[in-house]
Amino acid sequence: MRRAQALAAKREAAAERLSRADLPKGGAWVTAARENALERLHRMGLPTRRDEYWRFTRPDALITAQTAPVPLMVDEDAPQFGELDRLNLVFVDGVLDAAQSDALAMDNVEITTLEQAATQDIHWARDLFGVLETQGQAPVERPLAALNTATATQGLLIRVTGQAPRPISVTYLRGNEAGDGVVHHVIRLEKGAALTFLESGPAAARLSAVTEVDVADGASFNHIRTQGRDHGRRALTHLFARIGSDASFKSFSLTVNGALSRNEYVITLEGDDSHATVSGAVAGDGNDGPFHQDDTVFITHAGERCESRQVFKKVLRNGATGVFQGKILVSPGAQKTDGYQISQALLLDEDSQFLAKPELEIHADDVACSHGATVGAIDDEALFYLMSRGVPRRLAQDMLVLAFLSEALDEIDNDAIRDDIQTRLELWVERHSA
Amino acid sequence: MTSMDKVADNPGAKVKEGVDQETVEAVQSVGEKYKYGFETDIEMDFAPKGVNEDIVRLISKKNDEPEWMLEWRLQALNRWQQMEEPDWAMVNYPEIDFQDIYYYARPKSMEDRPKSLDDVDPKLLATYEKLGIPLKEQMILAGVEGADSTPAEGRMDAGLDGRKVAVDAVFDSVSVGTTFQEELARAGVIFCPISEAIREHPELVKKYLGSVVPQSDNFYATLNSAVFSDGSFVYIPPGVRCPMELSTYFRINAENTGQFERTLIIADKGSYVSYLEGCTAPKRDTAQLHAAVVELVIMEDAEIKYSTVQNWFPGDEEGKGGIYNFVTKRADCRGARSKVMWTQVETGSAVTWKYPSCILRGDDSQGEFYSIAITNNMQQADTGTKMIHLGRNTRSRIVSKGISAGRAQNTYRGLVSMHPRAKNSRNYTQCDSLLIGDKCGAHTVPYIEVRNNSSRVEHEATTSKVDDEQLFYCRSRGMNEEEALALIVNGFAKEVLQALPMEFAMEAQSLVAISLEGSVG
Repeated sequence: MRRAQALAAKREAAAERLSRADLPKGGAWVTAARENALERLHRMGLPTRRDEYWRFTRPDALITAQTAPVPLMVDEDAPQFGELDRLNLVFVDGVLDAAQSDALAMDNVEITTLEQAATQDIHWARDLFGVLETQGQAPVERPLAALNTATATQGLLIRVTGQAPRPISVTYLRGNEAGDGVVHHVIRLEKGAALTFLESGPAAARLSAVTEVDVADGASFNHIRTQGRDHGRRALTHLFARIGSDASFKSFSLTVNGALSRNEYVITLEGDDSHATVSGAVAGDGNDGPFHQDDTVFITHAGERCESRQVFKKVLRNGATGVFQGKILVSPGAQKTDGYQISQALLLDEDSQFLAKPELEIHADDVACSHGATVGAIDDEALFYLMSRGVPRRLAQDMLVLAFLSEALDEIDNDAIRDDIQTRLELWVERHSA
Repeated sequence: MTSMDKVADNPGAKVKEGVDQETVEAVQSVGEKYKYGFETDIEMDFAPKGVNEDIVRLISKKNDEPEWMLEWRLQALNRWQQMEEPDWAMVNYPEIDFQDIYYYARPKSMEDRPKSLDDVDPKLLATYEKLGIPLKEQMILAGVEGADSTPAEGRMDAGLDGRKVAVDAVFDSVSVGTTFQEELARAGVIFCPISEAIREHPELVKKYLGSVVPQSDNFYATLNSAVFSDGSFVYIPPGVRCPMELSTYFRINAENTGQFERTLIIADKGSYVSYLEGCTAPKRDTAQLHAAVVELVIMEDAEIKYSTVQNWFPGDEEGKGGIYNFVTKRADCRGARSKVMWTQVETGSAVTWKYPSCILRGDDSQGEFYSIAITNNMQQADTGTKMIHLGRNTRSRIVSKGISAGRAQNTYRGLVSMHPRAKNSRNYTQCDSLLIGDKCGAHTVPYIEVRNNSSRVEHEATTSKVDDEQLFYCRSRGMNEEEALALIVNGFAKEVLQALPMEFAMEAQSLVAISLEGSVG
């Protein structure tokens, strides 16, 4: 009874929310995908904080029709990934700005915008757009991803047919204090293709980003993301990935700001002998403003002999909140799976908190899966050791914070990118030194 | 003829080097399948099927309860009627028709309460004798005899012979007898059926009943609050170390009958008690419901050890029948330096839904949870614990070993919560799962909530299959596959087995082997 009532209320909320949304028009393929997404959303309704999946993060601020303005911030740090040889594409307030961007052309890569492709009646992206998102709705519903599919007009459709010569870098700038950014990317890596995809910047007062990635057999996808320095911004991201055989998928995120960030990962290892890593480093300081960061990961092992890793490290202070919900699901028959998951938090004071639900669901016997989670303060002995070597307390603490986070950064293969992220992190630590 | 029979036929067989006597014994009993599946043919009084106000009034009347108790039950019933069955656990079972169950079943011979055990129906006494439960005070608990030949260290407490265990025996809806009551009374300990406690010690019951598990805590606990018929009551006065172990043995016998027992244990300041609980039921094709509530109150410097061997009928190989076991167990460590230790060996039941929890309210209080959950065939278990740290310097430790075989599903679900006030607290959690066969599942769902930074929480979980190399090693030493498996599984679960009181450790080890019968080869 009560459950039925709750669902009815959620559906009503979805209908109400959609009545205030601009529903985009487009060609046949995209219209079909959007209508399907609307149907999904009407069926699921909007999430509430009573939903198990939103146990630790309140979805309210992500759902409202309007979002509160967030003051613009001047970021005097060197642009993220600015030193790298990259194809740079700039989005301002969620819309591609051709003037600031490089040309949408590179060897072995075909790039169009969603806006452009949506005018066509048929497009290769129709096999993926909203499709991986739909598959990712079970066993856990993600209505806000469906809302994105239904309403997004901006994004990139990228098809990679071989080794991409340079990383594609998307820089999200903000020009408006208020307003939403809604972007939806589709990336397809054909057999044996390889791409590094970089994302950076604050994007919008409130960002909803969905990325659907299809990694074919023998392909390799590498994703690195940072979310800018704007304190008040909110972001909800979904990364849906389907991974073939002998393929590789890696994603790393750095979050050091934002009133609310939730990164959802839905990754399915469909083929055999593949590898997936999802990792993140988080440093949050409540003195900058509210800080709530949530990584929610769902990795499904469907093929045999695959390996997955989840590595998340969070440093929290002054009332910051860190959340980790990670799941490894090993399907029947996914033998020889190697699943690993670690989530660790360092709480620098009495006001911060870490909430975690590291889950394993295993339906095959010849597997090795493990997870670990630890929460605690800075190790007094390590601090004492450094201080006894003449390192001032403040510096010693900073060193320990960086050492703690470096285990997540180690998951980044590319040295230049790792150094770039490391620099960002060091600047943050310096600015927030107690 | 299996090799098990060979061992059994040849009791003088020399124990192989490196093989525990216990393991050999455990393996010997493999093949007996569910030992306790017999039914006692006895005349019963049933209340009409279903649950409603009349049934609640009737149960209350049968127990000669005071008005306040009836009111409490009716309140619970009212709340329950507005609640929905929880659906979050990883268990699947056909919808339960709560109106198609008997809520009260009593052996006819218990109509006039027997004055002593001598007056109890011999058929009932024979039932417990068959189960190995001594209801005569000169007897000692089965499994203890010959214990001094056990080589394991730490089991060799002096004076084991004649070690006493007081027993409260609950048969369907009523307690049929409680032993050693007089001797316990001399120490000031109250140990009696809860129905008796409601009549004889209303001040204690009124004060503590529902104070740990509130009347409408959850769906099953609320149902229990309305219809519980009996159970055990224990009060240990300040400074008393209970002179013997206390135990309750629950037996479901009647068909289509639910058992709803309520246990309330109060350890007053500086006291200590070790409490054991066992349960069995006959083999039947239809599932039966068991929804119990256990409340533990632990005052300053007091300690309770609560051990369970849950061996309800698990259903057959195809998942027919078995007990649905929906249990709410919670300990409230109210006083400073209080301590509780839950140990459970869960081998029975078709469906288990059970989370013995610790509220660590008092400063420096401690909670421990040791669990072995074995599921085989079509069994499903969703079990774990909650450690709620409220006081300063509180400590908790969780060791959970899940073993899944056949087509069974085995889930550990737990919560560790450090409140802002719980400074300098510690938790350590270790959850290991072992999978035997590729049709079963093993799952881990821990919740970790840390709201202060002087506390430290560590959680580790692993899932693996029985190591082929270990199996090969055992096989190459001449053990057959089932012997080898029992040895490896007992080794896997050793940390928990060692936490059990001696009497239960024996039973638990053989249960480990029996439960896994038929899961290899």
